[in-house]
Amino acid sequence: MISAEHIKKTFGDREVLRDISFRIPRGEIFGLLGPSGAGKTTLIKILTGQLAATSGQASILDTRAEKLTMSQRREIGIMMDEFGLYGRLSCYDNLKVFALLYGIDRREIRKTLAAVGLSGSEKAPVEKLSKGMKNRLRLARAFLTNPRILFLDEPTAGLDPATAEEIHALLLERKRLGATVFLTTHNMTEAEKLCDRIALLDKGHILESGSPQEVCRRYNRLKQILVHLSDERDISFPAVPASAPEISALLAEGTVETIHSSEPNLESVFMELTGSKLNG
Amino acid sequence: MRNIAAVFYKQIKDTLKNKTVLIQFLMFPVMTVVMNNAMKIENMPENFFTELFSVMYLGMAPLVSSASIVSEEKEKGTLRALFMAGVKPSEYLLGAGGYIWAGCMAGSLIMVFFGNYTAGRILFFLLIMALGIFFSLIFGTCIGIASRSQMAAVSLSVPLMMVLSFLPMLAMFNHTVEIVANFIYTQQLQVLLSGGTCGMIKTESWLILAGNGFLALFLFAFIYKKNGLE
Ligand SMILES: Nc1ncnc2c1ncn2[C@@H]1O[C@H](COP(=O)(O)OP(=O)(O)OP(=O)(O)O)[C@@H](O)[C@H]1O
Ligand SMILES: [Mg+2]
Repeated sequence: MISAEHIKKTFGDREVLRDISFRIPRGEIFGLLGPSGAGKTTLIKILTGQLAATSGQASILDTRAEKLTMSQRREIGIMMDEFGLYGRLSCYDNLKVFALLYGIDRREIRKTLAAVGLSGSEKAPVEKLSKGMKNRLRLARAFLTNPRILFLDEPTAGLDPATAEEIHALLLERKRLGATVFLTTHNMTEAEKLCDRIALLDKGHILESGSPQEVCRRYNRLKQILVHLSDERDISFPAVPASAPEISALLAEGTVETIHSSEPNLESVFMELTGSKLNG
Repeated sequence: MRNIAAVFYKQIKDTLKNKTVLIQFLMFPVMTVVMNNAMKIENMPENFFTELFSVMYLGMAPLVSSASIVSEEKEKGTLRALFMAGVKPSEYLLGAGGYIWAGCMAGSLIMVFFGNYTAGRILFFLLIMALGIFFSLIFGTCIGIASRSQMAAVSLSVPLMMVLSFLPMLAMFNHTVEIVANFIYTQQLQVLLSGGTCGMIKTESWLILAGNGFLALFLFAFIYKKNGLE
């Protein structure tokens, strides 16, 4: 469905992407994670043919990204900050402009607005909407053609957890309908929950990729045992046999309140990866 | 065609809520109607207000609204979304420009309707307006394309608008100003609008109009080539 082969991108003499390769099969939710400035938006632009790569090749639906035809473009829904909404127009009219462009039936507009939970705000001018509602409208615009592929640049950035949750549900529904989703996020927890596979991007390199569970398992040595003492102190031990005597000594003292095991999560893996790079 | 229609639709829906553009479209037509009815001065030339305001209208409304609309779409990223949906830059310019042109022609129609003209004269008046609105539209679009933001576009279009709309009026009072103003299309069109016929117009006036037209198109080609529409 979506593939990247040795994509490089430089702006002037700044290397923003260095040798990015991956392949996303049909029906998968793929998450690209990385800190600000990692090159996530740049990669989406290259994959969707908005920006030419310096070298390498991006393809969607077995077509090179820069050669997509108009009917192929209709199969691709894109949501990114750079694509603005008409502030003075209502939600309905914002979608109507694009429905006219795509030659889509008017009923489809109502249906799409309902799908993202904006039925009650059809007539509201967009500039009066909350951030979360604007995001939903952007999503609705990306959903309008019922695309087989979705590119979403930080679909939940700046939203409260409840609204983010609703957007996750919408994406899972799209997946159920057979769509392939490429999304970017800063939020590791979101990626763990939502994505079938993820890639960790930092400074233009993919550091790790695989299912969230796989990636975490690979860093299982990060597993910790957390001991909470009755004097409110927390002590953490690596989850290795060598820690056993110390932990049992604490237990013998009778000062242990609780014991937890903390599994590596994407957050800690990412810290480990970028941290070790800094040290190295 | 579908794409141009979609851009046109967007403009129709936007104008009623877009004060900058709405005021530009309506100010002079409304002033013409009001002044024609309110002011009755002895010995006032016939159609005085229509003639006075129509030149200001064609120098101001298309210029400011096109500069503001194009620069806003660029700044807000709505233009990018249109392009991603398959709209070509030429289609966008035809849709938005066509809409502004049509809107200003509707305003001109009001202005001429409230004057006292023969049918032939009305047609002539509208033809001159059509030409002048087209010139200003191109200059405004150039500003819109060249500006990074809507604010920048406004600060560029205001001085140009002053020159285009007020110089012809000031030329009535001062000979030096008139000499300068003669090189500008609004001044030449004013002569035609205020009672002149084509037979009365000197060849050099036509040359100046043609020169202004070439300048507009050349400037547009240059700025479009340099900046593109994104
Ligand atoms: N058109 C451009 N010209 C020059 N540099 C650019 C351009 N676009 C992006 N960059 C640079 O490329 C780097 C990556 O930018 P990008 O927007 O892809 O990051 P990102 O991962 O999306 O970050 P964020 O999470 O903040 O959105 C940044 O350092 C940015 O300054
Ligand atoms: Mg980004």
